[in-house]
Amino acid sequence: MNNESAADAAFDGNVMAGPLSEVFAVDITTAQGRCRGCGTTSVIATLRVYGPDPGLVGRCPGCDDVLVRIVRTPDAVWLDLAGLTSLRVAVPAGVAGVPASSGGDA
Amino acid sequence: MTVTRGFHGRRRDSDARLPPGQHLTPDFPVLSAGPTPLVPRDDWELIVATEDGTRHGWTWAELMALPSEDVTVDIHCVTSWSKLDTDWRGVSLDTVLADVDTAADFAMVHSHGGYTTNLPLEDLLDGRAWIAYEYDGDELAPEHGGPARLLVPHLYLWKSAKWVREIELMLDDAPGFWEQLGYHDYGDPWREQRYQGD
Ligand SMILES: [Zn+2]
Repeated sequence: MNNESAADAAFDGNVMAGPLSEVFAVDITTAQGRCRGCGTTSVIATLRVYGPDPGLVGRCPGCDDVLVRIVRTPDAVWLDLAGLTSLRVAVPAGVAGVPASSGGDA
Repeated sequence: MTVTRGFHGRRRDSDARLPPGQHLTPDFPVLSAGPTPLVPRDDWELIVATEDGTRHGWTWAELMALPSEDVTVDIHCVTSWSKLDTDWRGVSLDTVLADVDTAADFAMVHSHGGYTTNLPLEDLLDGRAWIAYEYDGDELAPEHGGPARLLVPHLYLWKSAKWVREIELMLDDAPGFWEQLGYHDYGDPWREQRYQGD
């Protein structure tokens, strides 16, 4: 966007940890998201987050596009990740899915 | 011209003017989904785009040349605060849309900064909606949506889009920024339509 900002975000992405923990088993604030608009990769905790009401809006530090939106209604968490092309979530190596080295005997 | 909505009364009448689940605030809280855009009046333009692609435009000077109204209205935010007897000056959408030929039933309001919100077109008409550019006797401050915002006080305040730049007239409804993410499509505070399903 080409407009100057009069005020910066009130929060960083750590403020999204609570509602995200209601949805995901891992801490998404430590994951790396890639912006669909400009390609910048950011740790979710470092996003510039506006809100908290009517919802949390996490914006790209590179281009200000919306990357993550979270609305907590009385009985649901609404989550929009459409501003991200990918979300990289680190997991312990070899614990699940494809083993680090395949034995070939299965 | 002065248009006053709601009851006139002393403080004991204020409960009757509060929609369900709302409380009074003397402040004017600022809720923001992004950086505050700073739009110079020299660059400002309001666009009304119809369903056939016709675009009508008003510069700031052209907006100022239209007849304005002073309105005193109660406003209700979905986050549960209400503020009574707020004073605004603006141009009625009846005036803005008077010469716009359309068969549309819905409108998507677009703001600088990317915000959007949807309303039935009829809710913008009949003296119920304005392009507001003064608040409490002063120029509308950027944090409250200046240079100009939509004012639709009979619906929750997220429908009164700040930093308005375009009204897109549509044959079919479509959800705006918060309406996509759990908030009610219409947002009538008197029916407490906060979230989808309310
Ligand atoms: Zn970006």
